[in-house]
Amino acid sequence: MEDVQQLKMDKEPQETLSMDPVKFILWLFLVTIVMLFASQSSAYLVRRAEGNWLEFQMPTIFWYSTVVLLASSITMHWAYIMAKKDEIKRLKLAISITFALGLLFLAMQFQGWKDLVEMNVYFVGNPSGSFFYVFTGLHGFHIISGLIVLVFALFASFKLKANVKNLRQIQICTTYWHFLDLLWVYLFVFLLTFN
Amino acid sequence: MSAIVGAESIHEHAESHEHHHVSQNFWQKYIFSEDHKVIAKQYLITGIIWAVIGISMSVIFRIQLGMPDSNLSWLKPVLGQWISDSGKLDPNFYLALVTMHGTIMVFFVLTAGLSGTFSNFLIPLQIGARDMASGFMNMLSYWFFFLASIIMFGSIFLQTGPAAGGWVIYPPLSALPEAHPGSGMGMTLWLTSMAFFIVSQLLGGINYITTVINLRTRGMSFDRLPLTIWAFLITAVLGLISFPVLLSSVLLLIMDRHFGTSFYLSDIYINGEALPNVGGSPILFQHLFWFLGHPEVYIVLLPGLGITSEVIATNARKPIFGYRAMIASMLGIAFLAFIVWAHHMFVTGMNPFLGSVFMFLTLIIAVPSAVKGFNYITTLWRGNIVFTPGMLFSIGLVSLFVSGGLTGIILGNSALDIQLHDTYFVVAHFHLVMGAASAFGLFAGVYHWFPKMFGRMMNPTLGQLHFWLSFIGIYMVFIPMHYVGIAGFPRRYYQFTSYDFTHKFMDMNMFISIAAIFSFLAQFIFLWNFFYSIFKGKKAPKNPWRSNTLEWTTPVNVGHGNWEGEIPAVYRWSYDYSKPGAKEDFIPQNVPYSQTLESNLPHENELIATEKEIEAQNFNDQFKTAH
Repeated sequence: MEDVQQLKMDKEPQETLSMDPVKFILWLFLVTIVMLFASQSSAYLVRRAEGNWLEFQMPTIFWYSTVVLLASSITMHWAYIMAKKDEIKRLKLAISITFALGLLFLAMQFQGWKDLVEMNVYFVGNPSGSFFYVFTGLHGFHIISGLIVLVFALFASFKLKANVKNLRQIQICTTYWHFLDLLWVYLFVFLLTFN
Repeated sequence: MSAIVGAESIHEHAESHEHHHVSQNFWQKYIFSEDHKVIAKQYLITGIIWAVIGISMSVIFRIQLGMPDSNLSWLKPVLGQWISDSGKLDPNFYLALVTMHGTIMVFFVLTAGLSGTFSNFLIPLQIGARDMASGFMNMLSYWFFFLASIIMFGSIFLQTGPAAGGWVIYPPLSALPEAHPGSGMGMTLWLTSMAFFIVSQLLGGINYITTVINLRTRGMSFDRLPLTIWAFLITAVLGLISFPVLLSSVLLLIMDRHFGTSFYLSDIYINGEALPNVGGSPILFQHLFWFLGHPEVYIVLLPGLGITSEVIATNARKPIFGYRAMIASMLGIAFLAFIVWAHHMFVTGMNPFLGSVFMFLTLIIAVPSAVKGFNYITTLWRGNIVFTPGMLFSIGLVSLFVSGGLTGIILGNSALDIQLHDTYFVVAHFHLVMGAASAFGLFAGVYHWFPKMFGRMMNPTLGQLHFWLSFIGIYMVFIPMHYVGIAGFPRRYYQFTSYDFTHKFMDMNMFISIAAIFSFLAQFIFLWNFFYSIFKGKKAPKNPWRSNTLEWTTPVNVGHGNWEGEIPAVYRWSYDYSKPGAKEDFIPQNVPYSQTLESNLPHENELIATEKEIEAQNFNDQFKTAH
């Protein structure tokens, strides 16, 4: 059915607008997440400008977790390429590694929180610390949602043939995961610059 | 080519055949429906119920303000403990009423009830789509709204009362349970409800944007979209950008309330004892809140303006004046909406220079607004006006928009705002320009599209009566209120009996209250007309207003999928009314130029060549190409 449609698309002129609505919905969803973090960042900057701001060194583990998340992005992209080439075995492997790296990232973020507590930077206290926990917590929450999407993609890859619909699922998953990666890099640099 | 078309139609037949056999039970059809038309009606009915609750609240506090000595014992069966033994309204509950009135009217009636109804109903019908991009998300959107409604409604019945810190929920009033009885559980439920509400609006908004951009029918280019769709699209974009910010501010408030952080709290003493919170800033909340709050004003207003464009052009039997200027001014308003939020905060001690910047930006909004006002009036100019109830309400909207907008220019001045801030002048201003104007947009939309929604007509005489009573009533309420505001009456006060300067305005206050009750009673004409006509109204013809847009090419009782057979293609814009030389005074969008040679302009004759191209395009039919 999908294949038939594809064939016809080639023969006929462009339709009014040929964008995949599901992918479009994903991009709009990403806009809302961007706005969520943009507002948090601006609140952070406005509050920081008012003074009475506790300055602290970011625990080193956040550097390592950043590397882990970047690595997971690479494996995710590998998964995407494998899905396109229809190499199901490697696809499964790539998604599984991405999932494991995602979990490792979350564990490292949690360890980062523990390190912060040891540095006497608490969630309850000076807003500079509270903001740090809120930023990392909100991002962690989105990573969890990304992991759920990954599980669905894994299920899709277990279906023997990677058809157009399954490929789209992997594509959406890849876009979302790259976005979360990028979002963390932004937050990391932001928190590093304006500590 | 013909072979492909043939294949298409066979294919289509098979598909529609399949669709007629999908049997839906009652729950799938009316309750958890994924059909945009049913969801629109669900939004409309829920919105109407909320409007009755919200306006009733305003009547109760108007009685308190206008007749402070009256005995309210007769309300005891409804309000119970909130009426004292001597028949007095509880002052705390008064504040709760004001708060809930604002919340309900702004969010539940004029955001969900207005956008939710007409974006859902009109977007697929007017762009030529079978349904929304994601019916499931659309259904979720309504049920999240329903959940939010249930929680908000439940909070009214709390022993300690609902949230009472004003609809803007400024901390510390909203952050500390000690601040007010309603700041405890009432506020918790308010925040929970609003979190679900935001989710609902985002799901809805994402769907609207995706549908408008991706599911337009053949030939429906952006410059042929009806202005309603432009308005809904821009509204959805505004919501998409601003609601996450409200979520963000609410999130930090929840942290402050329940986890002891100090984002908004600092140096607070209760009964001489200092709270542990140090380092927060209540002004930060105001910045975040008004970054949503100001676009929210346009989220409320723009759908009404879009509906008005459509209704006025149809019933003036004239093309809308300045179609592109209308789009440009809506885009301009939407853009400016995001950079004027601090004009709500002129008196928070902000830098006066910053104040002048925001004042300048605020006053620029008058330009696109005036463009819209002039375009409406010039569309009406020398038209063959048909005074249907929808048309009357649209003209009423223009009147309210202009008279409410004028006071906006006064309030936008940071110096004048020092005197007028938080007085009844502000209340009068925003009730005219966004409250009453948007409500008139809602009424215009209901009267105009009722035949499409329910296949029956509303009674036009009762509609006209409803219009005149509401129109006169609204102005009787809000024009005197400007004077009360200039005199210095602060808003949200329980009573004004203890100050000397307020005494001589007591009868004016009473007049406002009587006018408010009068306008409230007038709405029952609408309620009766609406519900009676659903069941007993006259059967509607296919195109009762002789309108051009695509929804009137559907059958009178629109089924699932909107069009029987294939979706019509679009060849022209939707405002070809009273075209010189044409046989009729309207040419629907789906009539090709090759069939109207007698009325074509030279450049339109050239477009005949493109018709083949349009027809050759894909159907963009969701039922055939499952997205």
